[in-house]
Amino acid sequence: MATTDHTAPVATGKRPRRWHIPLLLAPAAIVYTLVMIWPLVDSLRLSFFDEGAPGERIFVGLQNYRALFGSDLWWGQFWNALVNNFEFFAIHMLVQNPIGIALAAILSLPALRGKTVYRTIFFIPAVLSYVIVGFVWRLILSPTWGIAPDLLDRIGLGFLYQPWLGQTDTALITLSLISVWQFIGIPMMLIYAALLSIPDELIEAAECDGITGVAQFFKIKLPLLWPSIGIISILTFVGNFNAFDLVYVTQGPFAAPDGSTDLLGTFLFRTFFGSTSQLGDPYMGATIATAMFGIIVIGVLLYLFGIQRRLTYYQM
Amino acid sequence: MFRTSARQNPLRSSALHLVLIVYTLICVAPILLIIMNSFKSRRGIFGAPLEFPRGETFSLEGYETVFTIGNFPLYFQNSLIVTIVSLLLTVVFGAMAAFALSEYRYRGREILTLYMILGLMVPIRLGTVGILNMMAAAGISNTLTALILVYTAQHLPLAIFVMSELMRQVSDDLKNAARIDGLSEYRILFRLVMPVMRPAIATIAVFTMIPIWNDLWFPLVLAPSEETRTVTLGAQFFIGQFVTNWSAVLAALSLAIIPMLVLYMLFSRQIIRGITSGAVK
Amino acid sequence: MKHHRLPAISVMALLAAAGPALAQDVAELTIESWRNDDLLIWRNEILPAFNDAHPDINVTFAPTVSTQYNASLNAKLDSGTAGDIITCRPFDLSLSMFQRGQLADLTDLEGMENFSDLAKVAWSTDDGGSTFCVPMASVLHGFIYNKDAFAELGLETPTTIDEFWAVADAIKEDGSYIPMTIGVADEWGTASMGYQNIGPTYYKGEEGRLAVIEGTEALTDDAWVDPYRVLARWADYLGPGYSAQSYADSQNMFTLGRAAMFPGGSWETAPFEGQGAFFEMGAFPPPRLSADEPCYVTDHPDIALGMNAATEHPEAVKTFLNWVASDEFAQLYATNLPGFFPLADAEVTVDNPLAQDFLAMRSECETTIRPFYQILSRGDQSLEELNKVVSAAVIAGSETPEGAAERMQSALADWYEPQQN
Repeated sequence: MATTDHTAPVATGKRPRRWHIPLLLAPAAIVYTLVMIWPLVDSLRLSFFDEGAPGERIFVGLQNYRALFGSDLWWGQFWNALVNNFEFFAIHMLVQNPIGIALAAILSLPALRGKTVYRTIFFIPAVLSYVIVGFVWRLILSPTWGIAPDLLDRIGLGFLYQPWLGQTDTALITLSLISVWQFIGIPMMLIYAALLSIPDELIEAAECDGITGVAQFFKIKLPLLWPSIGIISILTFVGNFNAFDLVYVTQGPFAAPDGSTDLLGTFLFRTFFGSTSQLGDPYMGATIATAMFGIIVIGVLLYLFGIQRRLTYYQM
Repeated sequence: MFRTSARQNPLRSSALHLVLIVYTLICVAPILLIIMNSFKSRRGIFGAPLEFPRGETFSLEGYETVFTIGNFPLYFQNSLIVTIVSLLLTVVFGAMAAFALSEYRYRGREILTLYMILGLMVPIRLGTVGILNMMAAAGISNTLTALILVYTAQHLPLAIFVMSELMRQVSDDLKNAARIDGLSEYRILFRLVMPVMRPAIATIAVFTMIPIWNDLWFPLVLAPSEETRTVTLGAQFFIGQFVTNWSAVLAALSLAIIPMLVLYMLFSRQIIRGITSGAVK
Repeated sequence: MKHHRLPAISVMALLAAAGPALAQDVAELTIESWRNDDLLIWRNEILPAFNDAHPDINVTFAPTVSTQYNASLNAKLDSGTAGDIITCRPFDLSLSMFQRGQLADLTDLEGMENFSDLAKVAWSTDDGGSTFCVPMASVLHGFIYNKDAFAELGLETPTTIDEFWAVADAIKEDGSYIPMTIGVADEWGTASMGYQNIGPTYYKGEEGRLAVIEGTEALTDDAWVDPYRVLARWADYLGPGYSAQSYADSQNMFTLGRAAMFPGGSWETAPFEGQGAFFEMGAFPPPRLSADEPCYVTDHPDIALGMNAATEHPEAVKTFLNWVASDEFAQLYATNLPGFFPLADAEVTVDNPLAQDFLAMRSECETTIRPFYQILSRGDQSLEELNKVVSAAVIAGSETPEGAAERMQSALADWYEPQQN
């Protein structure tokens, strides 16, 4: 509404061409279109092609999609990666977000001392790269170095130690928790910001009604946090369905053990670029990339139309 | 009431601190463990991993290996250039586009806005092959320029999204007064609007810098040569290379961690303020 | 905040020290390789020797981590940024790179005369008409053991399977050493150091390998399942937490003297010596089925150098490759990388005792190459890669030997006609 006010007098005048608008848009639009959109379209287009004779590209229609969804080899890997990806996402939602919210809630208590220090420290893992985080945890959990078994021994829990990253039934959970460890600072900060923006009057009113402490959090603050939690969830979703680095760095391109930590990202990378004794297949890679694109778009749309609309926004 | 009750209840407050301290340990212990052991000999690392380096276990052999072989200062310089230039381009181009998309009214504006922020949903990685081919055709693969272009394109949607939302809140009276004074639209953007956008820019900076600095994918496929190697790729590469030499591995890890920690400590106030967008009291 | 200052200052000092590289008026060549273990040897020993003879060609050895080598090489080849000289994996992978026009035809390179047809087989087309990489070395598989530990426990190196289990049991019984160590977490080692190490004994080397290619034996036959059964039994001797142990972990376990045996190959020689192990090492071939059966050992052409078809300096690359084909290089390579045995027809002396142990296996045992490298890995799913995954799963206990063989056979029959009935 405000945007019309100042343009109106200009427009009613001699209708000059507003050259500044395309000029302002141009740099971003050009870089974005050339380096992001066009390569994306170009890559996804490859999914309709295959290699005929070596080096020759032929149009094959939907054949790659039939292979991805129809053959044991491709569908088996795709389904495995998809299920793993949902598990990865679920662990983030169930562990990262509640802990992040709890920490933010504690840190937002006005009487707490040293909150700046805690806040700073809790965000440290988020500034490190996957490469670092992956290797650090691999070393710590390694049976050879023995930090984890040794520590558990000291508190009398040595029998609990297992080679978590090496077992098919624990590796994915372990990796998910490592990823949670790394990123917990982000939901924490976003929730913390949301908590700080809750007006004092609202809290005081609640306190007058005798609602304090934990009850106050659940009855007064949490309802106000849902929109932020919604945004965090969708960010986590998009991030998780793109995840690749952590698994690739710690478990290798084949997502050891026995593919149990394979995510769509690692599956895509392996197919696209190949491995030690196999050349990459850009055509199947593009097909997988398109399928991933579809999954992410469906997820985002579900959120936008299914969940976000039901969230209540309070004017503050 | 809660404030007073917290102050009056030392038991509760120490319980909260206990929780926070436990989590602090979970956060920093793994990192400290790596840095501490990087100053030990191989036998020290394996023999007594939980002890501080001292006397016979203290050794800089890992760092010596790393410095003979890996060119970490160069990697560090590359990472800095890529991160800072990408960030500048993202903010400047993003602000210009956001201004054009939020300030004026014209046909097709909604569609254009939607198009520009579509990239928030789509991982740029899926277009890797297209990007590789294009960079090769343009003759800039294996250059820092290629990385900068990719990262700028990747983060523009977020910058445009955040800034166009906030630009709507800048007072129209101010801008119109400037227009009457004869200021050009560019000056209005850069002199008047941008300074107000500081919290937004800080948010964008955080969510742009950290992923760029830490990215492994594009340096690996787009600019893997020795001259263009970034810290993250260099560390990964080095770790792979000396994977059996633990003192070198730990030294390489520490060399990748420490600069990041120092930078973070120096800017943590701004970074946190950026994320919480001025909400910090 | 005082403690922050020191690192910040050193970082700045480091930045200042990073000078720009100086441009020189010589042909600059880059070697793409997965042999990151060899970086120092190339940089300090091999390349300086080349430069003495050819000061006008400057060669840089730029290795990538082994498991990422082909992925990043392909990306670089597609975008035209790959190095001039490419280290070739044996057989099908390099063959398809040649067919795609990524590797240049080197059939007419003068230096190729120094190699027999057999030495060139891993880097030639199926009809032997074209050769596209200059062979460098082959490697032998076997078991490396801690001689001191064996002496201490009064053990002899085993020659038969039964003796092998007896030795392993004795070490386990004693308890001062873990009997064996192998990197299960990385998966790849379980195939090359596990299955391909002990397998030929059961499928009778070349006989079995060619029978699968012809379609007369299936991977579900006992001869091919038995190696998995042996791997499954290894699990009892690998020490706690072995399933999360990486290849590097297992190397450390062995060279730190914690484990007594290391199923591996001759390529470990240089890295193991480099780690300064404080005990004597030796090697023995994979144990025989019985005393009157022959022993089988995998003698695999492993590494070669090819020319990026898109290089800007084809003449300089050929000069370098001719030098690689020379006797001088063969001796230099054998001396500096004991355990990589040159494929050239050159008289090369091997001094290293561990490497000599391996070399002795060549005459003592029947030799074969790795079973799934030639022809069998051309499907949508590489059989070689699948073997890594299932071998690791068998050792870790998450897959049965029969199940592993079943998966291998169905992946092969999926596309390979001779195996389809």
